[in-house]
Amino acid sequence: MDKPVNQGAWLLVLPVLLIVAFSAIVPLMTVVNYSVQDTFGNNQFFWNGIGWYQELLDPSTDLGGRFFDALWRNLLFSFLILAIEVPLGIAVALSMPRQGWRVAATLVVLALPLLIPWNVVGTIWQIFAREDIGLLGWVVNHLGIPYNYTADPLSAWVTIVTMDVWHWTSLVALLCYAGLRSIPDAFYQAARIDGASRWAIFRNIQLPKMRRVLLIAVLLRFMDSFMIYTEPFVVTGGGPGNSTTFVSIDLVKLALGQFDLGKAAALSIVYNLIILAVCWVFYTVMTRMDSGRS
Amino acid sequence: MARIDLQNLAHSYVPKPSGPGDYALKPLDHVWRQGGAYALLGPSGCGKTTLLNIISGLLVPSEGRVLFDGRDVTALPTEARNIAQVFQFPVVYDTMTVYENLAFPLRNRGLRGPAVDARVREIAELLDLTPDLKHRGSGLTADAKQKISLGRGLVRPDVAAILFDEPLTVIDPHLKWELRSKLKALHRALDLTMIYVTHDQTEAMTFADTVVVMHDGAVVQMGRPQELFERPAHVFVGHFIGSPGMNVLPATVYGRSAHVGGHEIRLARGYPPIDAGRVEIGVRPEFATLAPAGSGVPVRVRRIDDLGRVRLAKVELAGIPMAATVPEAMPLVGDEASLTFEREMVHVYADGHLVEGEAA
Repeated sequence: MDKPVNQGAWLLVLPVLLIVAFSAIVPLMTVVNYSVQDTFGNNQFFWNGIGWYQELLDPSTDLGGRFFDALWRNLLFSFLILAIEVPLGIAVALSMPRQGWRVAATLVVLALPLLIPWNVVGTIWQIFAREDIGLLGWVVNHLGIPYNYTADPLSAWVTIVTMDVWHWTSLVALLCYAGLRSIPDAFYQAARIDGASRWAIFRNIQLPKMRRVLLIAVLLRFMDSFMIYTEPFVVTGGGPGNSTTFVSIDLVKLALGQFDLGKAAALSIVYNLIILAVCWVFYTVMTRMDSGRS
Repeated sequence: MARIDLQNLAHSYVPKPSGPGDYALKPLDHVWRQGGAYALLGPSGCGKTTLLNIISGLLVPSEGRVLFDGRDVTALPTEARNIAQVFQFPVVYDTMTVYENLAFPLRNRGLRGPAVDARVREIAELLDLTPDLKHRGSGLTADAKQKISLGRGLVRPDVAAILFDEPLTVIDPHLKWELRSKLKALHRALDLTMIYVTHDQTEAMTFADTVVVMHDGAVVQMGRPQELFERPAHVFVGHFIGSPGMNVLPATVYGRSAHVGGHEIRLARGYPPIDAGRVEIGVRPEFATLAPAGSGVPVRVRRIDDLGRVRLAKVELAGIPMAATVPEAMPLVGDEASLTFEREMVHVYADGHLVEGEAA
């Protein structure tokens, strides 16, 4: 007997399709359209095929060189902040209280940086780290350590990495804390009876239980840091020189500074694909690790 | 191998207990014999888990002492006591294989090499875990996981006692029986003291030589399963053990007879006048038998339940509901009937506690 198929269900999906079309697909197609054309203003466009893409992916060209430099900076930045925020977040989560009024207090304090708008975070650090009127900059300089994020690339990197750690370690810590809270007391009691050391408890109970939330934390932090724009833009504006110019900052310069819409569109598409690809790899590897255990 | 003494032990979760109500565990003296199989039976919140955690050292009692073979271990942490505990939910270290799980307590105590291997294989054999040794613990069924938890306790050669905290709660009913038999067999094979906490009377009665019934933070009775059934020391024990529980009827008792609502029930022993707020007689449905009207204490039959093996009557004795056994092939005509009691099994309780009668 044939199953009757009710095509009427499509009607119910239609509103979502329309919204997604207008919010994502149509703008994305506009960008695709730009990326295969060139313009000299006056709203005149010329067909350029895959020209921009070829230039972009060839490091020997001007555009490609710029792109790869920014990409490496992005990767270095993501690597640094993950390398700091993940262990630090775990450490914070492990030392958080498990019961009593201090739980609520700690959670509120930890959540504070997450509630501050990104450009405000940038402004806070922009002032805080200034060597003339900023508390941090002034103190560090008076301790005899030369520190000036507007002139010295290393200082600039230290500033934006510290800022990101300050801003986002809480997120990792809160996620890990949620993972830790899901461990029943019996596990700790059993571990004590088994004579497990502090390290053995961490290694065999806490870390495995935090695996899933850590996967989410790494994914979120990677995507966010790879797409970072606002905070470094406010603090350093991509400088000194191009030393903190990330792909997103370069993209805005290209599109809104130079009005190279074609190049910028091609860059956007490639940037987007990289993020998608990296996230897919992360996700596959980590879920494989997860399921491979059973 | 050890005898465990509890001396004047009490525990309160409140920092400064002001009355008996603040105690999760009321003052208690008790000796757990080496090699005994004990069950701690009682409803949730009666203090049995508290008592267990004090013995294992997860909890430091607010009063009293715990002795292992005469050695005071009250203040020792659990890792310094030779004790093992199995919890309600199976604890398995997911990242390790079954073998590594079993070896974990030994390796944590600094043991290495063939000694560990031999012991792990021996215990795995006892628990039928040998085929799973190379598998990760996380993929196994709940009963296999619980066996691993148990195995980690058994694997240590020095354990004085194994404590079980409702270990079969998450096990499928058809496997419960099997696992319980396994425990019983292990107990016989290994000569270990085992203390088994449960709220399930069947588990307690089948597992233990000695059942300790707890109620409201105190031990109300301790004895062989049969004693608990035939001579409950407290109406609580009568209610809690048996299905349905003991009938408890308000009565006036004098000499060798009790009066319930104007009807006389003969007693096996003589009682002096009882000076108590509440005097009751208790008799289990198994020892109260329905008979045709006129041959005993008159009752009104409300309902007959056929439980398969026995038939149980819900009756009213002078307006007080109670349960009684219906003998086989007894014809039932109308709702008028009478009850006969097994005289030895009718007990007298004053304020809930059993009153010893004077044997004639």
